[in-house]
Amino acid sequence: MTAVYVVSVLLVFLTMALALVRALKGPTIYDRILAVNVIGTKTVLVVALISVFSGNGDLVDVALVYALINFLAVVAVMKLARCGDLAAAHTPNVTTDNAHE
Amino acid sequence: MSDLVLDLISGGLLLGGGLIGVLGALGVLRFPDFYSRLHAAGMTDTLCALMIVAGLIMQTGLSLLTLKLALILLFLLFTAPTATHALARAALSDGVQPTQGGQAGQPTDKASPEDRSSNT
Repeated sequence: MTAVYVVSVLLVFLTMALALVRALKGPTIYDRILAVNVIGTKTVLVVALISVFSGNGDLVDVALVYALINFLAVVAVMKLARCGDLAAAHTPNVTTDNAHE
Repeated sequence: MSDLVLDLISGGLLLGGGLIGVLGALGVLRFPDFYSRLHAAGMTDTLCALMIVAGLIMQTGLSLLTLKLALILLFLLFTAPTATHALARAALSDGVQPTQGGQAGQPTDKASPEDRSSNT
């Protein structure tokens, strides 16, 4: 079972490396946010895998909190990139923004 | 005997989850368009998390650890589609245009709003 854990952790690390390449070269800022979101989700999985593998059950709490913080961070960075201000009340209308171009 | 079967099933789930994650990252790296990259990442993130956490739950048996892993899975299943949707919406309202392959002969400016509303 040890080999299975090691191989799956390495596969998840490979996933994070490929997403990091996209984050470094992504043409738009949304590509970078998407890649960072993928890396964050995979970090949660790596922490959960290591926690069960090493028998250290407390680490699962870290993964649990990371899952929540990751979502909040992605949404916050997205709003900062879109509106330039975290406290902005402007809600862009998707349907009319591009239809009348 | 049942331990062996559990190990086999959970090992298959863990390795399959890792492989699906790598496939999704390859899609994120190689797809030509932001929205197709979003599709690859959004679909595979959910399935990868589902398979890996299910494999881990089979290993831990019934304990408090199982409940916490199930909570992680629940949060991931709620937040990953929400983040994907918000990203697609932000990119669309910012004017990132999807590439329109396979529609030769039609001007993209005219075809894009109808395609968008019928596809989403």
